Amino acid sequence: MKNLVFELLTNKKIAKNTYECVLCGDISDIKCGQFVNIMIDGLYLRRPISVCDAEDGKLTLIYKVVGVGTEKMANMEAGTKLDLLTGLGNGYDTERSGDKPLLIGGGAGVPPMYKLCKELTSQGKKCSVILGFGSMDEVFYEDEFKSLGADVYVTTVDGSYGIKGFVTDAMNMEYTYFYTCGPEPMLKAVYNKSTTSGEFSFEERMGCGFGACMGCTCKTKYGNKRICKDGPVLVKEEIIW
Amino acid sequence: MVNTKVTLCGIEIDNPIIPASGTFGFGQEFAELYDINILGSFSFKGTTKDPRFGNPTPRIAETASGMLNCVGLQNPGVEHVIAHELPEMKKIFHKPVMANVSGFSVEDYAYTCELLDKEEQVGWLEVNISCPNVHGGGMSFGTDPKNAAEVTKAVKAVTKKPVIIKLTPNVTDIAAVAKAVESEGADGVSLINTLSGMRINLKTKKPILSITTGGLSGPCTFPVALRCVWQVYNAVKIPIVGMGGVTTAEDVIEMMLAGATAVEVGAANLVDPFASKKIIESLPEAMAKYGINNLSDIIGGAH
Repeated sequence: MKNLVFELLTNKKIAKNTYECVLCGDISDIKCGQFVNIMIDGLYLRRPISVCDAEDGKLTLIYKVVGVGTEKMANMEAGTKLDLLTGLGNGYDTERSGDKPLLIGGGAGVPPMYKLCKELTSQGKKCSVILGFGSMDEVFYEDEFKSLGADVYVTTVDGSYGIKGFVTDAMNMEYTYFYTCGPEPMLKAVYNKSTTSGEFSFEERMGCGFGACMGCTCKTKYGNKRICKDGPVLVKEEIIW
Repeated sequence: MVNTKVTLCGIEIDNPIIPASGTFGFGQEFAELYDINILGSFSFKGTTKDPRFGNPTPRIAETASGMLNCVGLQNPGVEHVIAHELPEMKKIFHKPVMANVSGFSVEDYAYTCELLDKEEQVGWLEVNISCPNVHGGGMSFGTDPKNAAEVTKAVKAVTKKPVIIKLTPNVTDIAAVAKAVESEGADGVSLINTLSGMRINLKTKKPILSITTGGLSGPCTFPVALRCVWQVYNAVKIPIVGMGGVTTAEDVIEMMLAGATAVEVGAANLVDPFASKKIIESLPEAMAKYGINNLSDIIGGAH
């Protein structure tokens, strides 16, 4: 973990209620599947946001406006200096992926799949990516994933774009391992449908984000785990729903 | 050169800054960031006789200038703490530590304290009779002077280490509880634990926290804490560890003027992991600014 100041370069809307911001700063300890915890003016607690990409001194975060914190974030202007805790959480283990990993992101769970896809692809692995959204106006990053060379499948619940249904309706390809992030009902559906081992990234209300307050603990088959420090990524075998 | 040393229940500490229990774990997360030996001490994660998972999530909610938690004393139990956490802590922290203890019966408290009494690095036992987030224990001991006295007596019987009783502000008369524990031999009191509060999620129209209510901490609690320290200072002769929303060196000075011998820093550590370090580093300058040479001279100075 590092406590660093980043400068906001861009902050733009890329889909319904969804914003992409690019920050400039020291990204040396950021791994895929980790998150950063952002101090926001006027709010007491930091806001944890998963890492979408971190390369060339630039950190990309994508967030959905869901409350007062992300609302304030959506109004941040370029040039704003932000106090971040970086390198939080365990992140994904790319060693376990096999040759043909499947990446499944739902809504605000899509962003962490991007850096992961980039890394797996650079390791010579062929990624299949399923991106799940509610409706066409919520879809983002389809082209970005395609540019990485992944096979991309987009699902929308209302059928307004791509495959009609949930991410699980697209899970018909062959894969060696999977990684997923999204709302808990989606994670559970993926868990039930999946045929291999895999990794799940969980979300929880956090106090500190670095393991001190025990605000986000869950039970696993391997003992109690703090989502912020021992997670957010849990392996399939340890999860207790 | 200003002097930040104070003596808490017979143990001299380099400065009065003590991260509060439940906001500092067993020090590991913070030792990754800075040398925690700069601290006066720290109060480790509240420990009970048996392991506890605590309450379901959500355990955290935010409010203006503060936060609520209902963690519910998650801890691996005293045997595990002694076998695993303390040996690890010893590697990163080389000063007397404050052992925070909670329980669900008088016997629980005595059992846990008796075991921790044998631990060399434990300087003080901070007995939490004020956790608002567990049923059938915790705060129920701290809201009744008679029960508070009973726990104090039982703990004093099993330890030679100084016993500091941690008090709840969720009472009509905190001074009465302080007097009760003093009369049974408490060596000090620490206050305040969190204030009982709640938030409602407007989208779901239900309470945010899993058990509806939680403990409020953060800067919004500071004036309440200060008032409690003031009142308790008037009521007892034993030292007071003041806490509640302390975020700056100025807050520390204010708390000490109200009557605190040492000061615990809680929620601030969670928002800024360097908070306690920053307070310690800025203390000499703040002391100089207010013409304070010896920090221990100002204890209760506002009375």
